[in-house]
Amino acid sequence: MAARSVSFSSASALLKTRLPAWRSKVLLGLIALAFLALGARAIYLQAVTTGFLQKQGEQRYKRTIEVPGTRGRILDRHGAVLATSLPARAVWAIPDDVEAPREKLQELARLLQIERRELDRKLAEDKTFVYLRRQLDPDIAAKVAALGIPGIHQLPETKRHYPAGETMSHVVGFTDVQDVGQEGFELSKQQVLAGRPGMRTVIKDRLGRPIEQIGSGREPQNGSDLVLSLDSRIQYAAFSALRDAVAEHRAKAGAVVVLDARSGEVLALSNWPTYNPNVRQGLNGAQLRNRVFTDTFEPGSTLKPFAAAMALEAGKVRPSTMIDTSGGRMTIGSHTISDVKSYGPLSVEQVIQKSSNVGTVRMALQVAPQQMWELYTSLGFGQPPQAGFPGAVAGRVRPYKGWRPIDQATMSYGHGLSVSLIQVARAYTVFARDGDLAPVSMLRAEAPSPGIRVLRPETARAVLAMLEMAAGPEGTAPYARVPGYRVGGKTGTAHKVENGRYVNKYVASFVGLAPISDPRVVIAVMIDEPTPGRHFGGQVAAPVFARVAEEAMRALRLAPDAPFNSIIPPADPVRESL
Amino acid sequence: MAKLNALLMLLLFGCALLLVTSEHRAKKLFIDLQRAQSQQRQLEVDWNRLLLEQAHLAKHSRIDPVARRDLKMQPVGPDRTLFVPAPVAGGGR
Repeated sequence: MAARSVSFSSASALLKTRLPAWRSKVLLGLIALAFLALGARAIYLQAVTTGFLQKQGEQRYKRTIEVPGTRGRILDRHGAVLATSLPARAVWAIPDDVEAPREKLQELARLLQIERRELDRKLAEDKTFVYLRRQLDPDIAAKVAALGIPGIHQLPETKRHYPAGETMSHVVGFTDVQDVGQEGFELSKQQVLAGRPGMRTVIKDRLGRPIEQIGSGREPQNGSDLVLSLDSRIQYAAFSALRDAVAEHRAKAGAVVVLDARSGEVLALSNWPTYNPNVRQGLNGAQLRNRVFTDTFEPGSTLKPFAAAMALEAGKVRPSTMIDTSGGRMTIGSHTISDVKSYGPLSVEQVIQKSSNVGTVRMALQVAPQQMWELYTSLGFGQPPQAGFPGAVAGRVRPYKGWRPIDQATMSYGHGLSVSLIQVARAYTVFARDGDLAPVSMLRAEAPSPGIRVLRPETARAVLAMLEMAAGPEGTAPYARVPGYRVGGKTGTAHKVENGRYVNKYVASFVGLAPISDPRVVIAVMIDEPTPGRHFGGQVAAPVFARVAEEAMRALRLAPDAPFNSIIPPADPVRESL
Repeated sequence: MAKLNALLMLLLFGCALLLVTSEHRAKKLFIDLQRAQSQQRQLEVDWNRLLLEQAHLAKHSRIDPVARRDLKMQPVGPDRTLFVPAPVAGGGR
């Protein structure tokens, strides 16, 4: 032990000093107090403030993650994509934090596709959060992030894409940047299409990776896909035929609807003017309007086949019964109804073929007003069609009790009442289905739906034959003919009403069926204000029908039911009476 | 007694170590699951993007002018088409 012993120099003065005993006791006491303080602190942390501290801790490693649910797609009847959502990025800034050289800001403006001045204006705003650009493509957003400008941040969001563009815009509609439907089916089926975001709570490690899930969370729910009844191919035919016709006749507007005669499904629906749902700057009401459902017009002669059907149904006439239309004029009270020329005696079939007003009125006045009103009502006039589409209008058919004879007379040839194009098209399905009225559907139907019986099968077949004659060389609509197929239909030309008076502006229309041997489609065409001079339904609307019907026959893969003689339209086809 | 205690002690240590490793493995598997799920989402997005691209390329308003104008094609009329009646459902085969 000697080696361990330390020998102090006895000369050290310090060791000789005698310290008072209380000093060591005070020191001991202080150390004890320090331990006590530590213990108290431990008790305070562990017992008193546990809740608060645990919460603080969780805030540092526990995260609640929102998992977005994607909006459902919209598809056509064959599964082609009409609307789909893809991830996009919103670029936002904290203006005060943004510091970058001029070139970098120039590059940023270029990537965001906004004006440099616009960018400077946004960055000068006195806010803590400014959106610089929404719904940016993720690839471009990655380039923006690579610029590494401080104060520029990004948020994930989704962008809706409409590949069919202006061809389908009125049916599909569009959503706003918040992914909420604004028009068309995007609006009316918002509940079905919208996804519900999910929530999960996880614990993250120091690298930010989630390592454990707490609780079960809530699974995100994707929106359901919506399958429309539209056929992209027929739709494009309808769209392009309408676009060309409106341009050719310098018309104000137009609309086409194609119905499947068997199921009542809408195979195509097109309006002009239209818009591109992907680029929505400067849209106006005329472009957004779905005229097929929301506009009513006086249908004119397109309603004459129903007058014939009514007289046949009531047993007042047969298709071959002769009706005297001599003079081409007829007076009811103080009103005169006239034809373009005097046809002399015409059979019921010829009245429809030549579109004689006088003949139609003579047939219609043999039937009681109540019966006529009941037929129009059971055909769906005066009630909004149940097609699940927003803004469908009812049109107007006045109650029969207030009808004077002149009212009934004008209504028989389609004046003094208003209908929408979809209503006329639907009413014509009775001729295609042996007197059965089809329900209208904009969604793909899995099974053929039962209709409502409106006419006797013999009546419907007789009128169908008259419609074929009207589209023949002797009728008002020779331009409606389609090579290889038998078609039928009725033209309509009506003066427009402005401020309660008829003016020299017209609505030209045509409603037809094809093929006549077993009708599969009903096509209704309406052209609003074609240039006067060439404004008759047979000149303006019937060629549109022919183009759409030809493509529809091909799309539905129907075998021809007529010889393929080349069609030479007569030089001066029969004009219809206004 | 001491032997039993030592055995229990050993057992306790073993269990504690197993707990640590299994917890670690659970976390690793969870990370893998996360990765797989995000990959699934990414693939779904890619699939949707490709469908969109296909729709863009196959839309009629693009094909029709290309076929008519650039390729000088004509629609096949029914006069040049051979129509074969569809087999009756349930029959054939």
